[in-house]
Amino acid sequence: MDKRVFFKGWWLPALLVAPQLLISFVFFFYPSGQAIWNSLFLPDPFGLKTEFVGLDNFRFLLSDPYYLASFKTTIIFSTAVSVSSMALGLYLAALADRLIKGAGVYQTLLIWPYAIAPAIAGVLWLFMFNGNIGLASYYLKGLGYEWNHTLKGDQAMFLVILASSWGRISYNFLFFLAGLQAIPKSIIEAAAIDGASFWKRFGTIVIPLLSPITFFLLVVNIVYAFFDTFGVIHTITSGGPEQSTTILVYKVFSDGFVSQDLGSSAAQSVILLVLVGILTVIQFKYIERKVHY
Amino acid sequence: MVEKKKSGYWLTHLGLILGVLFIFFPVWLTFVASTVTQDAIIYPPLPMLPGTEFFENYANALFRGSPEGYGAKVPVIKMMINSAIMAIGITVGKIIISLLSAFAFVYFRFPFRNLCFWLIFITLMLPVEVRIVPTYEVVANLNLLNTYTGLIFPLIASATATFLFRQFFMTIPDEMVEAARMDGCSPMRFFFDILIPISKTNIAALFVILFIFGWNQYLWPLLMTTDPDMRTIVMAIDSMIPTGDDYAHWPTVMATAMLAMVPPVIVVISMQKFFVKGLLESDK
Repeated sequence: MDKRVFFKGWWLPALLVAPQLLISFVFFFYPSGQAIWNSLFLPDPFGLKTEFVGLDNFRFLLSDPYYLASFKTTIIFSTAVSVSSMALGLYLAALADRLIKGAGVYQTLLIWPYAIAPAIAGVLWLFMFNGNIGLASYYLKGLGYEWNHTLKGDQAMFLVILASSWGRISYNFLFFLAGLQAIPKSIIEAAAIDGASFWKRFGTIVIPLLSPITFFLLVVNIVYAFFDTFGVIHTITSGGPEQSTTILVYKVFSDGFVSQDLGSSAAQSVILLVLVGILTVIQFKYIERKVHY
Repeated sequence: MVEKKKSGYWLTHLGLILGVLFIFFPVWLTFVASTVTQDAIIYPPLPMLPGTEFFENYANALFRGSPEGYGAKVPVIKMMINSAIMAIGITVGKIIISLLSAFAFVYFRFPFRNLCFWLIFITLMLPVEVRIVPTYEVVANLNLLNTYTGLIFPLIASATATFLFRQFFMTIPDEMVEAARMDGCSPMRFFFDILIPISKTNIAALFVILFIFGWNQYLWPLLMTTDPDMRTIVMAIDSMIPTGDDYAHWPTVMATAMLAMVPPVIVVISMQKFFVKGLLESDK
């Protein structure tokens, strides 16, 4: 891990790490500590004083039907976003990998939506599905299907999943393509000579060899769906209708800033902190394993 | 390739083209909507080809802002400048502090080195959204609301770039430092004259990733900026669509959406090689 040769002295390196340490303390450790601290207190309704309540905030949250519903929403939402964007990304990458020429052109055509902010993606899809003027809702109405995601929870959910997955395809495509191109062609050719069909080869060679990258992408996409999709939800549904699209991070925001329920919001932050912590540990375990290959 | 069937070849292209169309379609509609009149939009269906109001709509958005919605009439060009300052501030700030601390971790032995290392690496992967309320309080107490400093610094506190530079520095042969030290080169001279030049590709790769990360920030500027003049384009667009959504001035909103997409998309496409490298390496 360490270099054999290094420079002497300790004040210069101390000076060099100081800026990052300082920023980490002010904007990371102190606020995270505050979140944990606040989660143990309950402010009175007038905000004049706070009372130590121990783990009551957590106990209340875990028996609060709205919070549990939000948990369920988050699981459905993040599973749907991860699975659909990964499936499409893998599909397109598998096709591009078959091409000898032109894979680069398709790569350029497919990766740029990575640069589009989730909030902007939200506006784009909101425009298409707007109940009065949207093109999609117009044609759906023509087919006899009434589209109104501001009233119907399942339609709202579908729309935020669609908008969140759309921009994410590029990311998954790029990783799967890199993974596919790293598979030695000789293995595939050997299987083909032995008479394995394309699907047989795909199922028994390609998929197992891609499993580390698939696992990595699953974790990264879940983290994306947990946090980065805030912009999509805020622009399209604002968590509604009737909280049907309120994912956990949106609830932290709406309880903390809109309803000013600071104790509960802090407890929710802590729960999110723990969830991401678990995902990070899983991720690191995976990276360690990969090094041993 | 193993099999060469003509039909398979065309089906492959067909599948890819369908994928490309699915990716392009919403953006194409947005572009069309940004070039037509309000009437063409509010009486559906929207035409499939661009209209004649391109210059009119973009000039309106850029210099006069949206006529409707909260914080209306702020010229979009002002928001784009704010976004650019925030994105470049985050990018440059993060690259500088990460280069410095990665240099210290790899090329020095100093007291509490391991402790410092872990303190910084704990910040990996914990996004600002998780600790949003207390971070907001910190920034408010420091009187940094509605300032560029407040927009930029909380988003620099993460170790991804440090991690990447550290990994890269570890691969540089030891002979490099040995030779430099034998020639009487000071640590900072080594840093500026050798380390930075050979890290150029990595710096470029991180630049692309961090610029997009910075430009696309949403929740943080949403909380931070109450002053309309400080708003960034990505967060401001939502407020141009009032809840009774018939009243949005759609051509301006759609022109603004295009303007919010263009700078990061240009960065990705023009620096594609670095972008791919940065993405594949920094996230792993």
